[in-house]
Amino acid sequence: MNTAGDAVRVEHLVVRYDRTVALDDVTLELHFGEAMGIVGPNGSGKSTLLKSIAGLLTPARGELCVLGTLPRKLGAGAIAYVPQIEAADWSFPATVWDVVSMGRFPRLKFWQHFGEVDRRAVADALHAVNMFELRNRHIAQLSGGQQQRVFVARAIAQKPQLLLLDEPTTGVDAETEEALRRVVRSLVDDGLPVLMTTHDLERVGEWFDRLLVLDRRVLAVGTPAEVVESGAYASIREHTHTHGHARTA
Amino acid sequence: MSGLLVPFQYAFMQRAFVAALAVGLLCSVMGTYVVLRKLSFIGDGIAHASFAGIVIAYIRGLDYYVGAAVVAVLTALGIGFVHRRGNISLDTTIGVLFTAAFALGVFLMSRLKNYAVDLQSFLFGNILSVSANDLLFIGGLSAVIAVTVIVLFRGLLYTTFDPVVAQASGMPVARIEYILLVMLALTIIVALQSVGIILVAALLVTPAAAAYQLTKRFTPMMTLAALLGILSTVGGLYLSYFLRSSSGATIVLLATVLFFLAVGLKYLRLVRPA
Repeated sequence: MNTAGDAVRVEHLVVRYDRTVALDDVTLELHFGEAMGIVGPNGSGKSTLLKSIAGLLTPARGELCVLGTLPRKLGAGAIAYVPQIEAADWSFPATVWDVVSMGRFPRLKFWQHFGEVDRRAVADALHAVNMFELRNRHIAQLSGGQQQRVFVARAIAQKPQLLLLDEPTTGVDAETEEALRRVVRSLVDDGLPVLMTTHDLERVGEWFDRLLVLDRRVLAVGTPAEVVESGAYASIREHTHTHGHARTA
Repeated sequence: MSGLLVPFQYAFMQRAFVAALAVGLLCSVMGTYVVLRKLSFIGDGIAHASFAGIVIAYIRGLDYYVGAAVVAVLTALGIGFVHRRGNISLDTTIGVLFTAAFALGVFLMSRLKNYAVDLQSFLFGNILSVSANDLLFIGGLSAVIAVTVIVLFRGLLYTTFDPVVAQASGMPVARIEYILLVMLALTIIVALQSVGIILVAALLVTPAAAAYQLTKRFTPMMTLAALLGILSTVGGLYLSYFLRSSSGATIVLLATVLFFLAVGLKYLRLVRPA
């Protein structure tokens, strides 16, 4: 993996949905081998930020440099994006194995077989999230936590250079969350840059190297301990607990 | 026994059976994407839109089906463009553009002094009138679509299941969607001749929807849809000979019977999805 420079560099980013400003003057950088958490209330632009970095949204202003270039100029398979599970059609005719296999598709040319290397990558990813035993199960028969793990496995099987996770711990049990945390930390230790949004403010210190507090603007950024001390974290924490669910994304 | 083979003795019936086989296969394979992408409306939509092409071809003295194909492909591309650039749902875009194209056809027709196109065969199809040249056209187009589906198999599958993640991972989602829409437009034009505007949507949806009831993986669904599609078109044509009924209507009614059979099997849990 090329580890020269920042994995992601965002400068003065502005993203609008029609006339609504979703992100206002956001600046951040993410290093290789670093996990950064993004916290903030509902509607604070967390998902919008991930989607912008993934090249799914066009910013109104600002600069975006992902793995040394613009997101849309990246090669196939460079970014793995794990959306919230509600975004998928879980009645689709596919098994756990089929969905995780899709993680290999971006890198395969049409004439290339889905070979031994691909099967091993899929099996390894399924083992990493403890889903190998359920590989032949139809995806509609999975619990929310299992569906979340399938999406993470698909991203791992892709062997990306940047991993973006949108609230992967929402609605999962403690065991699943710990399994996901271990997988993500092990990928980060291998040099992968990871950007992840979360509502879970309790364990940010165990998940992330740095934390970014977002409410359309960046309110604070630093190590989890620094952010806690800054006070921005406390206001968000209170806001998330008392008002967060009343706001819409 | 020989009585059962009577339909196969006539050259026009032999051509019709070959056409039925190709149309059944094409529609049900493409129908797999239509059903899973929830685009059931598109068959009806593009078929109606192509009416404008027929009228234009009539005015210009061109082949009706070439006119229909050109307008169908343009409408399909327009649907994709407006959907993407306007950020409007595909369902709504199809609804707007197909009615516009259909209205254009009616508008042009209403301004003609003498209009003598046989709309009956266009509305209801006439598979019995398929010529050797038509068969070449159907065969050629089937081959093109088959090769495209094979080449784009993984891309079509991934973008059908999860277009957002596929795009984030660098797959050419927009390009694949445009190609799919063009393939659908061409498939619909081929099917038009066999079953007509009114029934083309059914052939594009019903066999795939039946297969969806019985399978839990994509490739078996597509395979089963193809088998059910061929059974519907070839079986419907065969039955229509003995029932002295409209071939298009018989084909669609047989497909519908197979669909409810599949729903019944699923409901009674007689079949475990494979």
